[in-house]
Amino acid sequence: MARFAIRRIGSMILVLFAVSVLTFLIFNVIPNGDPAVRMAGKQPTATQVEAIREEWGFNEPIYTQYAKTMENLFSGNMISYFNQLNVVEEIWKGVPRTFALAFGAAIIWMAFAMALGLWSAMKAGGKSDTLLNVFALIGISMPVFWLGALMNQYLGFELTQVLGFELFPNGGYVEFSNSPFEWFHHMLLPWFALSILFIGFYSRVLRANILETMDEDYVRTARAKGLSERRVLIHHVLRNSMISVVTLWGLDFAVVIGGGAILTETVFNLQGVGQYAADAIGQLDQPPIMAVTMFGAFFVVFFNAVIDIVYAALDPRIRLEAGDTAT
Amino acid sequence: MSEPLLSVDELEVTFRTEDGAVRAVDRVSFGLERGEVVSIVGESGCGKSVTAMSLMGLTEGPNASVGGSVRLDGQELVGADGETLRAVRGDRMAMVFQNPMTSLNPVHRIGNQIVEQIRAHRDVGKREAMDRAVELLDAVGVPDAEERARSYPHEFSGGMRQRAMIAMALSLDPEILIADEPTTALDVTIQAQIIELLRKLNRERGLAVILITHDLGVVAEIADRVAVMYAGRIVETGSLDEVFYDPRHPYTWGLLGSVPRVGGERPRRLAQIEGQPPSLLNPPSGCRFRARCPHAFNMCESEPELIARGEPGDHLDRCWLEIAERPVLRELPSGQIGLGVPTS
Repeated sequence: MARFAIRRIGSMILVLFAVSVLTFLIFNVIPNGDPAVRMAGKQPTATQVEAIREEWGFNEPIYTQYAKTMENLFSGNMISYFNQLNVVEEIWKGVPRTFALAFGAAIIWMAFAMALGLWSAMKAGGKSDTLLNVFALIGISMPVFWLGALMNQYLGFELTQVLGFELFPNGGYVEFSNSPFEWFHHMLLPWFALSILFIGFYSRVLRANILETMDEDYVRTARAKGLSERRVLIHHVLRNSMISVVTLWGLDFAVVIGGGAILTETVFNLQGVGQYAADAIGQLDQPPIMAVTMFGAFFVVFFNAVIDIVYAALDPRIRLEAGDTAT
Repeated sequence: MSEPLLSVDELEVTFRTEDGAVRAVDRVSFGLERGEVVSIVGESGCGKSVTAMSLMGLTEGPNASVGGSVRLDGQELVGADGETLRAVRGDRMAMVFQNPMTSLNPVHRIGNQIVEQIRAHRDVGKREAMDRAVELLDAVGVPDAEERARSYPHEFSGGMRQRAMIAMALSLDPEILIADEPTTALDVTIQAQIIELLRKLNRERGLAVILITHDLGVVAEIADRVAVMYAGRIVETGSLDEVFYDPRHPYTWGLLGSVPRVGGERPRRLAQIEGQPPSLLNPPSGCRFRARCPHAFNMCESEPELIARGEPGDHLDRCWLEIAERPVLRELPSGQIGLGVPTS
């Protein structure tokens, strides 16, 4: 376990380093990327640009600039080129919003996917299975910016007009500490908008896994033991079908929590890390882009390691260290 | 005559497939007395495993229909509700499957899998059930049972897994053990140990066993009675001695003839039965073996019933050949369906 942890942490650092170098280099070669020109405003003189370059260190060798950027990032002194705000502080502001979105949506999509996948597998080939399949395809095919806009328009805006009160609010975020109810109220639509795609996808994967597992010899053994159908299903079928789904879930969750739900956050104006990233990209603002990329990459790498551990717990045949068990 | 412990009457199992209905088991009848070992033999796909699984209602599903009757102590099991079947499964009738490598759930510990079965039927605590599981593992010859109960299936060898399966099957002292090719996936020395274990359980506990196998050597060692299946039907049944020393059906001749023997002259090649078993999707009329039988004649186009054709008794077969002719026909040289080695 200790050796696994050390190896894993080592590779995490390596991946994060590679991501930071790549992001930095890409930013330096894209056209229109010269931050000095952009910061100098409209029709700047060459001396103005040169002065900014001098002041911000843009004329130094690229590796020095990289080192300086990373130093700023980790010391929390990174400043946006665009609005001169502290990047790390801005990200911290977005974190609770993004976490709220990620945790809520991950629970919703997993719960619905399990229920629908199980139901679909039980009724495989039947009418409700076909219907769920169609729904899943529709869910997978709907882009979240479109779905989110529709939800905002019809559930958030027009429904309110008809009802005379807000059944669903029209975007925005309320701090949990201000009003837990309003927080929940405002998160509902974003949670579902983000979850629909995952529910569609996960329920289909789970359905296929369940059907495959049902044919396993050990499920027949479980029935031959005189277990109730419910116990066979949950303890033997579902338990084994969930292994690969949990892996997927970890990866997708990592992306969302790392600010990957850019569209959902933007459509519902949640002002989370994803929306911050979207704004930074729109302004070609290098520091926040660097910071958000590192933030996201950290979660992806971290959850990858977590999944490895969970995977070994779920499936005893997998061991974290080679040579741990020999069969 | 009182009713046997288990009586199977005209059991029929039909599966709906994309190509049509397949009758995997066609009017199979046999009985099992207390403490008896009945063996069902036949080649792959003849319906012996489906027969075994249907006894406990394990073939039931949307695409399967089961007809006929299976009575355990007079209680009907075909078409019984889930509650009745669950009470019987694992408790009064237990099953050991062909492939021990895949028949245990890979994510649960061996001991817990046994405990699960005990607690599904008896109101006992986890501790007590685990003590029983360890006791059982020890009884079937798993060394260090206490520690091994905490292992996962992949940490067991094939033979040990099959022992664990048997321990699990025995956990509630069933009256009947159905063993579906219990030794097929194991190597020969382990096979002998498992068969020895089954024989011991049969003798010491009076456990009635239904042994499904295609291994006639195993049958000879352990069975009291034998039923030979071909293409979903029983073609011959009788006591072990009757079927082995006085086989009546040409298919049985072929089966026995294809077993290599240590003594006697060495044949140039092993005897085999020419051709393939018929498709059960569209089985031939009359005797199902007639396409492969060199002794077939016009009578074979109509179906022979499974009845005693020699002296009255329990030695039954489905063959139209004159009973007096058969001893001559079965001594034919190999390649013509006989017992293989010609008498010199």
